[in-house]
Amino acid sequence: MTNSIEATIALAGNPNSGKTTLFNALTGARQHVGNYPGITVEKKIGAYIKDNRRFTIVDLPGTYSLTAYSLEEIVARDFLIDEQPAVVVDIVDAANLERNLYLSIQLLEMGLPVCIALNMVDAAKRRGIKIDEKRLAEMLNVPVIPTIARSGRGKDELMQAVEEIANSHKTRSPVLISYGQDIDQALFEMERLIGDEQFLTDTYLPRWIALKYMEADENMRERGKRLNSRLSAVLDGIAGRVSDHLEETLATDPEAMIADYRYGYIRSIVNQGVITRANDLSRLHVSDRIDGIVTHRYLGPLVMVAVLFGLYQFTFTYSEIPVTWLETGIAKLSQLASDHVPEGVLKSLLISAVIDGVGGVLGFVPLIVFMFFGIAVLEDSGYLARVAFMLDRIFRIFGLHGSAVMPFIISGGIAGGCAVPGVMAARTLKSPRERLTTILTVPFMNCGAKLPVFALLVATFFVQYEAVMMFGITLGAWAGALLVAKLLRSTVIRGESTPFVMELPPYRLPTLKGVTTHTWERTWQYIKKAGTIILAISIIMWALMSYPGLPDSVKQGFQAERQALLAAVPEMVIREMQSDGDNGILSNQAHDFKEQMVLLDAREAEAGLKNSIAGRVGQGVESVSRLAGFDWRTNIALLGGIAAKEVVISTLGTAYSLGEVDPEDSKPLADTLAQAPGWRPLTALCLILFIMFYAPCFVSVVCISRESGSWKWGAFSIVFNTFLAFTLAVVVFQLGSLMGF
Amino acid sequence: MPCMSMRHMKDNQEGVICTIKARGELGRRMRDMGLVPGTRVKVRGRAPLFDPVALRLMGFTLTLRNNEADYIEVDVDELH
Repeated sequence: MTNSIEATIALAGNPNSGKTTLFNALTGARQHVGNYPGITVEKKIGAYIKDNRRFTIVDLPGTYSLTAYSLEEIVARDFLIDEQPAVVVDIVDAANLERNLYLSIQLLEMGLPVCIALNMVDAAKRRGIKIDEKRLAEMLNVPVIPTIARSGRGKDELMQAVEEIANSHKTRSPVLISYGQDIDQALFEMERLIGDEQFLTDTYLPRWIALKYMEADENMRERGKRLNSRLSAVLDGIAGRVSDHLEETLATDPEAMIADYRYGYIRSIVNQGVITRANDLSRLHVSDRIDGIVTHRYLGPLVMVAVLFGLYQFTFTYSEIPVTWLETGIAKLSQLASDHVPEGVLKSLLISAVIDGVGGVLGFVPLIVFMFFGIAVLEDSGYLARVAFMLDRIFRIFGLHGSAVMPFIISGGIAGGCAVPGVMAARTLKSPRERLTTILTVPFMNCGAKLPVFALLVATFFVQYEAVMMFGITLGAWAGALLVAKLLRSTVIRGESTPFVMELPPYRLPTLKGVTTHTWERTWQYIKKAGTIILAISIIMWALMSYPGLPDSVKQGFQAERQALLAAVPEMVIREMQSDGDNGILSNQAHDFKEQMVLLDAREAEAGLKNSIAGRVGQGVESVSRLAGFDWRTNIALLGGIAAKEVVISTLGTAYSLGEVDPEDSKPLADTLAQAPGWRPLTALCLILFIMFYAPCFVSVVCISRESGSWKWGAFSIVFNTFLAFTLAVVVFQLGSLMGF
Repeated sequence: MPCMSMRHMKDNQEGVICTIKARGELGRRMRDMGLVPGTRVKVRGRAPLFDPVALRLMGFTLTLRNNEADYIEVDVDELH
């Protein structure tokens, strides 16, 4: 007989314990992902509904401990304390019992209502490990339910046990572990003081507060200091006394001592008939055999190159088809608007800002879907950890973490990626400083939008050295990114490198459900956030390039010229134009006339652009940009390039009166640049340098801000990168000019 | 046999941790992953560039950098 019940339960557990798989199995499609306020740790909430039971399930970030060192640990701990879930389901990897129990007993020490899901019992059995769950439950005094999250086995029994705990409402006595005489005595003393003054006791157990003070836990001590600085100082004093004593007698600290005793406690439980091992532990597992090849000294790097290249190919080749569909769709929409919306500001706004801007964001979606899918497969299978393992030695030199290779490659490390999914791929990095550095440096890679600009400049000015130049540009991007990483890590993101101590999880076949949920969640977040902001920014960019329009007198001038042209051509030609339209074969006269009209339009567009805010800015900074060899036309193009790098070509086209230039076919622009005054190979080289390193495009900036959790870093990337790029360009231009290039 | 630094252990050598001298965040991370005195570890191998090192302990695989392994002293089994 079940009563109707509603309660919140939390899922806690180690990374790789199958926590997310269990979460998916319990909640199915009834889940949503958000972020904890202000930070980038994902918050996953779902619902488990059966009969008249309804549980809200919160999937806490995977942690090995609750020491409040990493963001994940703080989030998990705060949730458990502040939200007081009715039940905490602790997922424990059966094949890895001892280490997993380290978190379990910390949960039990907090006095939380814990229910243990002994997960992956099948994998443990295959490895010859048998666990007596009844004995374990007895020893820990909590329910232990064997589960296999992948197949959903045991989930109903688990929820049954959860319901019983939620219904029982009985106060549980926390697990008490002895930490040796010195610490135990001090804890007892602290507990008494805490109890006497009701210090934080409405949220924590006195013993747990004492333990945290003993461990010198920053998070807890800060809370304590704010509430009662006097008592907090007394507690610190007691802990300090014990610490000094332990240092003197045993050359250790309370924190290490506490951990030792916790593991001792776990061993004593495990060794009392909880685990029986059929085989020797050192037996070669399947994972070890795979690692024998995959992390082999010579084969390993080869396999890695193949896998990374495969991911790259997969992402950029297969996403091409849906990208083309989207582009065609957007072009159709644009055409529709152009045909049906009356001429004027609204039309220009709709086409240039709304459709092109939002279309630009949507254009990335297939890329992101494929990339996240590929990464989810590599991540869930366990391979990504091996990549970090193999490359850490190199990346560490620049203050980065081995896992950074993935974001770099996706952003264009082999040329032709995209920084947007690259920045987002940095999520797989767990160490905050290394992650931020990665996020800030991946935009230096040569993304697919910069490539056509480089290709144009190289083909125009360095014809004989095309391949060498393009290869050099790729190498230059890597060198620049890594050196900047080093610079950032020794200045603004200074700090000890985060310990590498990392688990190499056993290889697992990723589940389709896990991978698709992952992919969908991340993609949807991107569409939602980037979509709204980008729309606003494209409208601003459009306005900058369109306002103020040409003064009426100038407009009338162009109109008069147009009239004059019309008046000059014979009646016959005009009739020919009207009847055949653009598609038919024109007589020479008509052809000339059409060309003259197009030329006139282009000149008007150039004048308009020059007169716009962007144009004025471009002219205004010309005196400075001249130092790097850039004239006002280049300046406007670069300004436009902040919206999206490929815009550089089309804007240059407008600025040189060529009308719209298609980035895919920029021959006319190349010819113009080759002859334009002020353009020589050195100018082109400086422009290439500048484009490589200057402000990331807006979509990237939005992603950087989002992923780093602050707009400050988005702004930093605009200012710092532009400054760096300009400095480089000026130095090269000035030196080059001096040397007579 | 006296304890030796983990950095100098060869592939497939096994032993029991005697002391961990790491403090602060590194020490905490090591303990969270089960690296405490009394734990049996085996060096499973090293990355292609000889760093980091991969260990096997309590049935799972852990990696750490050589300069982190310096903090760990291991009582290595006699070779047989």
